[in-house]
Amino acid sequence: MLVLGIESSCDETAAAVVRDGRAVLSSAVNSQIASHRPYGGVVPEIASREHVGSFPVVAAEAIAQAKVAWNDLDAVAVTHGPGLVSSLLIGLSGARALGQTLGKPVWGVNHLEAHLAGTFLDPAAPPPAEACPLLVLMVSGGHSCLVEMLGVGDYRLLGTTLDDAAGECLDKGANLLGLGYPGGPVIERAAQGGDSAFVKFPRGMEHARNRKTDNGLEIEMCFSFSGLKTALLYHLKNHPADREQHLADLAASYQEAVMDSLAQRAERALKVTAARTLACVGGVAKNASLRAKLEDLARRHQARLLLTPLAYCTDNAAMVAAAAGLRALAGIGNPPAVEADPSLPLVEEDSAAG
Amino acid sequence: MERTTERLETNSAAETQALAARLAAELPDGAVLCLHGELGAGKTCFVQGLAKALGVRRPVGSPTFTLINEYKGQRALAHVDLYRVRGAGDAFGLGLEDYLFRFGGIVAIEWAERVAESLPETCWHVRLEARGAGEQARTVTIERPAG
Repeated sequence: MLVLGIESSCDETAAAVVRDGRAVLSSAVNSQIASHRPYGGVVPEIASREHVGSFPVVAAEAIAQAKVAWNDLDAVAVTHGPGLVSSLLIGLSGARALGQTLGKPVWGVNHLEAHLAGTFLDPAAPPPAEACPLLVLMVSGGHSCLVEMLGVGDYRLLGTTLDDAAGECLDKGANLLGLGYPGGPVIERAAQGGDSAFVKFPRGMEHARNRKTDNGLEIEMCFSFSGLKTALLYHLKNHPADREQHLADLAASYQEAVMDSLAQRAERALKVTAARTLACVGGVAKNASLRAKLEDLARRHQARLLLTPLAYCTDNAAMVAAAAGLRALAGIGNPPAVEADPSLPLVEEDSAAG
Repeated sequence: MERTTERLETNSAAETQALAARLAAELPDGAVLCLHGELGAGKTCFVQGLAKALGVRRPVGSPTFTLINEYKGQRALAHVDLYRVRGAGDAFGLGLEDYLFRFGGIVAIEWAERVAESLPETCWHVRLEARGAGEQARTVTIERPAG
């Protein structure tokens, strides 16, 4: 089964060809980071304008690199949410135009499920059926959650962020430290050689035992980063000289607080679920300190660790084609791509009473 | 009637959220509430208090990624963050006008000053400012629309 994946939910326009949900024949990504850097974050209007220009280029590049013909494709799969509505619409319109021209089905893919499928793009990863139950730490600029994957298309939400996403927290911290954008990589670079114990920043909801959110999630498996951002803000107000004299130490301490709180919640989830395999997906999964912490965690709990290949951590279309391919091969199918849903959930969180 | 302004002081995040909950009871359906204050001032914290009072059960996070998050509670809430928006054209490409003029619930907008020229006069405004040396004490200014 040959699927062309299309991704445009945020600031990356991407297209890729994937065979049978696992084998990447091509993956073309046009990142807009440079265009958004002056603003310290993704500017919606710039993003959608750039998607319009990049879409035909990356789609043609994906087909050419894969050395396949347009008619060899079995389907087109496109991210239909969650994301910026003005960005999602470009990929969706492009995919539907392609599908109509080629006479192929156009499937809608959940961006979060796509990140999860990115785990299986590592040729060394086991097939999904063998990896499940799989504990997934999903960490990116827009999302931070812990999910138990019971099978393809079958997920249970264990915890989520109560305020900011991990990547967003890194972006805001980098902004406060005057380091630029995107936050994750610039903080990681600035933190090199720094003392991660220089300031003991809060981990957020550290001592929340036996408490639940109003929709029934265990707070000890949820994240909270807004207190960390505020703590950095106040540290800089009270010690203005540290920004110059201890920049590496502050960056290292801040990064440590984010990554430690992620690893801490993943450990709690490992203890209460049957999952003996742990995966980490999303842009923040690129962070070397987080990877080291998860390796240590997996070793201590005799769990298998699946780390998404670095090229498929940040947004890309190979993971979109992979998610669609895995669903099709598992026999559960894909929904048609009809409209963009900016807040499409992976798991329905409003089930109880909304 | 003229617009009225009220200044209040809170000493903790919980007190700020309780104040938000009291305001929620006052807000009519369709009300647009603009939140002002610097990074870390507690705008999202205020919206969390509002959400709880409206009967929203899901955790209310920052909408920085998709810019608009919608919640179904006993009353609906739209939480909008315009931090990265560069003016009205940008915001309206995201469908903001549907929330300003056609939403049945409460609309809370962070960084609303980004689209100041497009906001209706019937907006409510809440300004959050740090007070004193502590991390949690705030001066909260509430500006109610006329009429």
